[in-house]
Amino acid sequence: MANTWKSLTALGHEEAQVVAIGPYQITERCDVVLASLALRRGQDAAFAAAAHKLGLPLPSASTHAAGPVFSAFWATPEMWFVEADFASHEDIVAHLKPAFGEAASITEQTDAWVRFDVTGAPLAALFERLTNLDLSSLPDGFASRTVIEHLGVYLIRRSASAVVLYGPRSSAQGLLHALEVTAKSVI
Amino acid sequence: MIINHPILGPRDAQEFVYLGDANLINRPDGMTAGIEAFHDYLYNRDNPAGAHRELWYHEQGDRSWLVVTRNTLTHEILKVELARDVAKAQGRSK
Repeated sequence: MANTWKSLTALGHEEAQVVAIGPYQITERCDVVLASLALRRGQDAAFAAAAHKLGLPLPSASTHAAGPVFSAFWATPEMWFVEADFASHEDIVAHLKPAFGEAASITEQTDAWVRFDVTGAPLAALFERLTNLDLSSLPDGFASRTVIEHLGVYLIRRSASAVVLYGPRSSAQGLLHALEVTAKSVI
Repeated sequence: MIINHPILGPRDAQEFVYLGDANLINRPDGMTAGIEAFHDYLYNRDNPAGAHRELWYHEQGDRSWLVVTRNTLTHEILKVELARDVAKAQGRSK
């Protein structure tokens, strides 16, 4: 009998989970792939040309930018995280590497992270209890690494009531717990 | 304590990891500088009461190394630079 292999989500289920607490929704996302893209020294022109060819945005510090196929957010000087659709770009490195060649170092990151989309009501009251970042004073499209509890996460502000978090996949349950407990204390 | 990151603006010191004296950037060449210089580099630190240049790592941020000039008496932060800019200014290749 043939074995059937089935991938599990970061939270250990077959389907992504959605948790609703009061007005807040915490949605696990498994349909986005992630890769880190770092400029190699002296390859600025070739790097920019490759990104342009792919329609891949290279946003400035602390910013997320969406493109037609690839979206990206800034990680550190000369390095970005690239997002794409899982269904069409599961092997994201195979899509990026031919364009960038020796101009970039690219590492697949998809299964290193868990992604939660937090939506619903305005989120400032929730996130002022979770992070150092002052969500209410930040612009839409802001992206930064920060700390939630003891976990290093990337936080992207889509709007006042929509935030994307990337946290360490091996601590997915712990990160969700922190979000749940804080959401319950806010409502 | 707030560190004014040159790229990201004011960030809480909680996000950073402290390494120590910024002189660690200036590692002598172990093959030519001699044992005394290397011993000095490895073990001897100045302990100034006042302005001190130190290396901080923005671990929970953009993961850059910074050279922070801090007054050790008041904890006032006088200057923050990217360590790679400091190293490049001293003629290092990276």
